[in-house]
Amino acid sequence: MAKIEEKQSKQKIEITDGVLIPARDDSSIFSAWRISFYGAIAALVVLPFLSPEPYSHVLKFIIGFDENWRFDIGNSGLVKTFEVTVLSIFFALFIGLLVGLGRISRISFINRLCTVYVEVIRGIPLLVQLFYIYYALAKFVKIMDISAAVIAMAICYGAYIGEIFRAGIQSIPKGQMEAALALGMSRSQAIYRIILPQTIKVVLPPIGNEFIALLKDSSLVSILAVSDLLRRGREYASTSFYYFETYTMVAIIYLILTLFFSRLVAIMEERMKINANQS
Amino acid sequence: MPIRVKVINVSKNFGNVVALRNVSLEVRKGDVFFIIGSSGSGKSTLLRCINRLENVTSGEIWVEDDLVTGPKANIRKIREETGMVFQSFNLFPHLTVLDNITLAPRIVKKVDKYEAEDVARSLLKRVGLLDKERAYSEQLSGGQQQRVAIARALAMNPKVMLFDEPTSALDPEMTKEVLDVMRDLADEGMTMIVVSHEMGFAKAAATKVVYMDNAEIIEMGTPEQIFDNPQKERTQRFLKNVLKS
Repeated sequence: MAKIEEKQSKQKIEITDGVLIPARDDSSIFSAWRISFYGAIAALVVLPFLSPEPYSHVLKFIIGFDENWRFDIGNSGLVKTFEVTVLSIFFALFIGLLVGLGRISRISFINRLCTVYVEVIRGIPLLVQLFYIYYALAKFVKIMDISAAVIAMAICYGAYIGEIFRAGIQSIPKGQMEAALALGMSRSQAIYRIILPQTIKVVLPPIGNEFIALLKDSSLVSILAVSDLLRRGREYASTSFYYFETYTMVAIIYLILTLFFSRLVAIMEERMKINANQS
Repeated sequence: MPIRVKVINVSKNFGNVVALRNVSLEVRKGDVFFIIGSSGSGKSTLLRCINRLENVTSGEIWVEDDLVTGPKANIRKIREETGMVFQSFNLFPHLTVLDNITLAPRIVKKVDKYEAEDVARSLLKRVGLLDKERAYSEQLSGGQQQRVAIARALAMNPKVMLFDEPTSALDPEMTKEVLDVMRDLADEGMTMIVVSHEMGFAKAAATKVVYMDNAEIIEMGTPEQIFDNPQKERTQRFLKNVLKS
């Protein structure tokens, strides 16, 4: 979200997740990415090979293979983490689009409502929000663990993504809206046909960053009895007492996922730059 | 000739800044109405009040029988009837030239797609860009973009065309290709209100010229009256300055 706003000012100070997006033309970050990524993959392969007990067992347990290396989707921490991440980002995008549109709405009630939402949510730590929805609200309504996780993550990330959409919409030159209105379009036609299609291009990279941040933050849901990667690790460690080995594997898996998606976002950005120059 | 646009005692303030002070004028069918004056004199604001991209502070504006400034004004109908061309072209960059032109007729006037495209092609032919229908705006020169923008406005079949400094962002060569298109339009009898610094073009094509300074109309008349025999001292000074350079 910071990225769009910073484009306008010349001095660029990036301190969010976007800072280490490995673009090909930035060779120092790109080579750092390669060292980390291939290093992590090597560790993931070599450690279980050198010492199957416990590394191989940890890996099987958290990714979800049984003793005979058959994949069991119900016990897969990896699948659970993806499930939570993908569902959350889907609903967060939906909420974010509504909030972003609400933040530029001329109806002051809607505008105020969305702004208050963003302020409140951004001011409360995600972990506290998770506790609140799962434990505090349980006084009134019992929400199932994975639903609670997805709801909390979507509400939280919806606020951040809403700000990305708002910044993206506001980055489209004013003349676009004026030209659409001057042709007789209504404001909503202009937003739907003219402004939003141009906004999508602008917001895709920062939304990619939010996806990666969400993937990492999804580890917080392990406190809600959701058997994600971290939770599976905890379950294994607490019975086997291989704390060091277990959490090493968990960290490596998260690292590989994060690095992989960072590069994917970078490729997407590069593609869009090329498209913008060609068309 | 019937009156197409009537501006009665219009004032417009931006906070404490007065942009228009008691401006009145009448534009008749077929008029090529030029508004000249230095930057910041209120010319563009006046134009933008006519299709209500700006709201007036007081006064009335009529486009034919529709009161633009009224609280119950059908703004969208008025905007359909007043085509506008901007200094910065404002083509939609995510759409092809053809889609730029056909979008508004299709979604505002509900014209059938093929019919809208036929009209668009004939308009593109008129502005000399028939071969560019698949292009995107960033593949076009400034002059080409502005000609597409004119075609886009014409596709709504407007009764009045508003030109807001249409050539100010263009170099002389491209200026000419845009002015040629505007000249053709004028010759075909289109009613036009033009804010422009192109004095030579105003002299040649205008039926009426208004000189504005400091939010007010200073002098109004035929191009001969204004350019060859200005009455007001301020008009004389302005023309001396711009024609010299």
